[in-house]
Amino acid sequence: MELSSSLRLALIKNRNILIVLGVVLLLVIYGSMVNMQITTALLASALRHSTPLILGAMCGLICERSGIVNIGIEGQMLFSAFIGFLANVYTGNLFISVLIALLAGALLGLLMAFMSVTLRTNQIIGGTVINILALGLTGYFYTAGLRTQGKLGPIPLGPLADIPLIGPVLFNNPPITYTTILLVFIVNFVLFRTAWGLRTRAVGEHPRAADTVGINVYKVQYVNTILAGAMAGLAGAFLTLEAVGSFERGMTNGRGFVALAVMIFGKWTPLGAWGAALLFGFTSALQTQLQFMGQIQIPHQFIGMLPYLMTIIVLAGFVGRSRAPAAEGEPYIKE
Amino acid sequence: MSESPVSPRKKSPLSEFFNIIRNESLLRSLTLQVVAVLLAMLIGAIILLLSGANPIQAYGALLRGSFGSMAVLGRTLEKATPLVFAGLAVAFGFRGGLFNIGAQGQLLLGALTSAVVGFAVTGLPAIIHVTLALLAGALAGALFGAIPGALKTYRGAHEVIVTIMLNYIAINLTDYLADGPFKDVSPGNIVARTPQILDTARIPSVAGLPIGFLLAILVAIFIWWLLWKTTFGFEIRTVGLNPHAARYAGIKVARTVILTMVISGLLAGLGGAVETQGVVGRYQPGFNVGLGFDGITIALLGKTHPFGVLPASLLVGAMKAGSNEMQFTAGVATQITDVIQALILFFVAADVIVRGLLRMRDTGDEGVKLTTGWGKQ
Amino acid sequence: MMEDGLALEVRNITKRFPGVVANNRVNFSLHKGEVHALLGENGAGKSTLMNIVYGLYSQDEGEILLDASGTGEVKPVEIHTPHDAIQYGIGMVHQHFMLVPVFTVTENIILGDEITRGIALDLKTASDNIRQVSQEYGLDVDPDAIVEELPVGIQQRVEIVKALYRNAKILVLDEPTAVLTPQEVEDLFRIIHQLTERGVSIIFITHKLKEVLAIADRITVMRRGEVVGTTTPQETGEQGLAAMMVGREVLLRVEKGPASPGDVVLEVKNLSVADDQGHMTVRDVSFHVRAGEILGIAGVQGNGQTELAEGLTGLRALKSGEIQLNGKVVPAVNPRTLVEEGMAHVPEDRHKHGLVLEHTIADNMVLNTYYQEPFANGLRRNPDAIEENAQRLVKEFDVRTPSDLLAASTLSGGNQQKVIVAREFSRPILLLIANQPTRGLDVGSIEYIHRQIVAKRDKGIGVLLISAELDEITSLSDRIAVMYHGQIVAVVDPETTTREELGLLMAGAQLETAIPVGGAAPDSALLP
Repeated sequence: MELSSSLRLALIKNRNILIVLGVVLLLVIYGSMVNMQITTALLASALRHSTPLILGAMCGLICERSGIVNIGIEGQMLFSAFIGFLANVYTGNLFISVLIALLAGALLGLLMAFMSVTLRTNQIIGGTVINILALGLTGYFYTAGLRTQGKLGPIPLGPLADIPLIGPVLFNNPPITYTTILLVFIVNFVLFRTAWGLRTRAVGEHPRAADTVGINVYKVQYVNTILAGAMAGLAGAFLTLEAVGSFERGMTNGRGFVALAVMIFGKWTPLGAWGAALLFGFTSALQTQLQFMGQIQIPHQFIGMLPYLMTIIVLAGFVGRSRAPAAEGEPYIKE
Repeated sequence: MSESPVSPRKKSPLSEFFNIIRNESLLRSLTLQVVAVLLAMLIGAIILLLSGANPIQAYGALLRGSFGSMAVLGRTLEKATPLVFAGLAVAFGFRGGLFNIGAQGQLLLGALTSAVVGFAVTGLPAIIHVTLALLAGALAGALFGAIPGALKTYRGAHEVIVTIMLNYIAINLTDYLADGPFKDVSPGNIVARTPQILDTARIPSVAGLPIGFLLAILVAIFIWWLLWKTTFGFEIRTVGLNPHAARYAGIKVARTVILTMVISGLLAGLGGAVETQGVVGRYQPGFNVGLGFDGITIALLGKTHPFGVLPASLLVGAMKAGSNEMQFTAGVATQITDVIQALILFFVAADVIVRGLLRMRDTGDEGVKLTTGWGKQ
Repeated sequence: MMEDGLALEVRNITKRFPGVVANNRVNFSLHKGEVHALLGENGAGKSTLMNIVYGLYSQDEGEILLDASGTGEVKPVEIHTPHDAIQYGIGMVHQHFMLVPVFTVTENIILGDEITRGIALDLKTASDNIRQVSQEYGLDVDPDAIVEELPVGIQQRVEIVKALYRNAKILVLDEPTAVLTPQEVEDLFRIIHQLTERGVSIIFITHKLKEVLAIADRITVMRRGEVVGTTTPQETGEQGLAAMMVGREVLLRVEKGPASPGDVVLEVKNLSVADDQGHMTVRDVSFHVRAGEILGIAGVQGNGQTELAEGLTGLRALKSGEIQLNGKVVPAVNPRTLVEEGMAHVPEDRHKHGLVLEHTIADNMVLNTYYQEPFANGLRRNPDAIEENAQRLVKEFDVRTPSDLLAASTLSGGNQQKVIVAREFSRPILLLIANQPTRGLDVGSIEYIHRQIVAKRDKGIGVLLISAELDEITSLSDRIAVMYHGQIVAVVDPETTTREELGLLMAGAQLETAIPVGGAAPDSALLP
């Protein structure tokens, strides 16, 4: 009874997403009756597309719940993708490479925290600095022709993987994908059911109130931003070490910004963001599939525009109605 | 550093005195920016060393490649020209309280539109054709800028994300248009690009120096006049500093926000048009790669003032022009200039660091106020 | 009741901020079980001193002594953070509540001192504990209520329970009555007595003389960072305390002759205005203001006054209703039209609406007239005319500044308000709307602005005065309208209405004896 109250809260807050997901579910059922193979591929692709988005969204929401507006997620992802890639090229060990990518993301998280909390730089500019820095550093140090030593492959979970439709989609995934799904529930629990989460949310809503009961606002902001950076780092690791297997300049391609829309759409909750990310992922996958099947004759550039258009639509449609953490974006000044 | 003495109120000597104080604060601002650039270059040098390059050789090549000769100087000015427009676009947005990261997309659309008018419209005398193409580019940028302006005003959508998304959309759109309806179908061409613009639409260079840069200077002066000498400019700045008080002042805030974005977009679009008509001669995707964060660096380095944008653009333009020479002679990848740019932005934004180094007090000079959250303010 | 022995003592506390000495060798002692008032005008240093005791600031010099072991002897202690203060049994209820609006009462109270079961929060146990504490002290709070949905008086109780939950033996209340009706103030005093009976010692920070005399056992007066003296209600009265606060004889009531009201300048008919959340906070309000009179709107903050003022001045859209200026209906209620029709507005929040702090004083002087001649010629601004105007006004209204070309942020609060007053009063106007015009100002500035308002009224201008300070309303107004829950519940004559009656009206009570005052226009109402 008590355990599901935060789940209930998330469900109530995200009615819209649930309705759309319901529609999607109907489509899926229809599709699986028509062509199981393609539908399965579609769902698997949707999950793949959604993974970096949900990780980026969680990075964003952990920061914002602590009062820090982080638009540097794109840069954090790109930088970690590159560092993870380099680590794999030189060590050949995928696991260590993932860890190093996490550290890279955390490092940029530390930079963001330093700029926002200690230097009190405008947070939008701070995020922009991270984006440009990542773009410049990865572009400068990348030499073409480097190849990773393989990439992370799918791990089937025994007989569960054989269930039709759901099996291949949910239970036959590479490790980062599994971890991401776990993280959604872990972050949700920590944020809404633990003391640390309570303090975090207090800092994001009314930092002075938190300060007057003895909470160290700066510490909360630093720790959360660094952890959030690691989350973006995982997204970067996913791109180079699990999804693609190599690096390309600017390969994040705006995902970090789309993740912000996912975060807003999901009302700054991990569960809500997950639903939104799945939605975005599904749309991308659907359009690519239809294109591939020749059903729709649209120039590929317009397909490419889709995630960005959706982001704008989400922002225009939903942000006015949702409520961001009240004290985000303002540096807290302890008198 | 400067105390404010209490003096009896006299007319001219007092205003003169405070002009000096203001100029002194101008000196302080200049110092801060220059030191920020120097620090960035220092760290850039360290990165160069770490990657096995010789910073002195690299910076020397950079300097030669940007200011070493008249020809090279011409290239620097050429590179600087669209940067001035992008910088003005972002600075203008900042003054109105808006963060326009979409200068890149607005510039691309302006460039394409100008190219289309440049090659498709025939039979016009040069002066009219040039002006028409410029106006077309400016208009395209203005319309594209109106989108985030309207979305912000009526839906509360934060312009940072909207403009970045529009950048990607613009890249895709111009790619498509240059590869499709407006493609150069002359025999032998397979590349996605528009046909060359007619000679009557070109902006010439005089003695190797591009007139486009002169145009940029004129526009900068106009923007300065607009912001500080007109009632309209007062309205824009007031909305940027305090939208609530602006409403109290009787200013129509929504209209002003949209107009600010429109003008900002117009400036970027104009920059794209000048680039097409003055340098490239057609629209070719990829002619201005990089996500156009240049405008932000330049706007902030120039303290969001049109007269600061000019030297800042020269600096970044010099880096871009010289980077080829740097790659050629010192074997250094051109992206190092991106890194240096990011560092400049860092030190300018975190001026606390520089001020600490120089032991300067914070007097809270007139800076920029940007919206910080996602909802309606 | 007061016992023997000290609970707290501060010796020679000094605290400096850039440009000002906020506390200068302050000595202060608190007896066990006493209610000790710390009295002084805005900026006297009272809050600073208590913030040091609570660990939000660190003192530059001096020491804090506490009776930590209950022996009645005080010993020096180190307090560097609120955490330390809480450990020593000090609790503080701030003037602006330190509550997270979206959290429940329980979540707010346990914040920083959470009860957990394993790694998860144990909100159930916490709720039970809170219910226990609140019942023990007679302070009813619902642990599961969401704070932003609670009335202000209850929110204050939550703050008090928060301190008691942490075993506070010393409770500091910073301007606690600013947001309460007179009746709620009575409730608070009752709670204070209950607390002292249980051995809690209370420091009561305020600038209100009447309250201090009603509740305090001892009174310490501060002025400009220093202690002027300590006394008791038996030894002194309002006049004496005011003189100690300001250092000279103070006019407690502004000098004002009788009003001679003329024609109606402002007619408000059936006005309804909603707040940002869509709640109708002004509901079907009608009243009028005549030339040459001051109509004061009394009421506790939060009963719709903010939205009423914003609606009348064009800063907020009207849901329904009509405004007439000088007999003409105002079709488009926006700030520019109203200014041009002769309305002046001194807004409630000078930093939000009244000034652009980054603009020069000169620009602020023409903030809402910048587009008119001679300040502008079409699109072109006329800096000489703007400058000349500014210099004239700075002199006339005695704005203390070395130059009008400096940013408005360089001015003190009182001088910033003077800029706004100068701007609004220097135009030819019919109607002045002044909303909390003296909030947060020192006594000198308050006196000045009150004189200016009365002068305008004597020149035949109609004045609508909105204020949460009942004293300000009663001393300035010719008629008083009481606002409660978005409606005007009564219009009364200040000469014949007692403070108690006003208090009852402000709390929404019915009053048979309130005599409706007003001319031909049907504006008065004895309660719905």
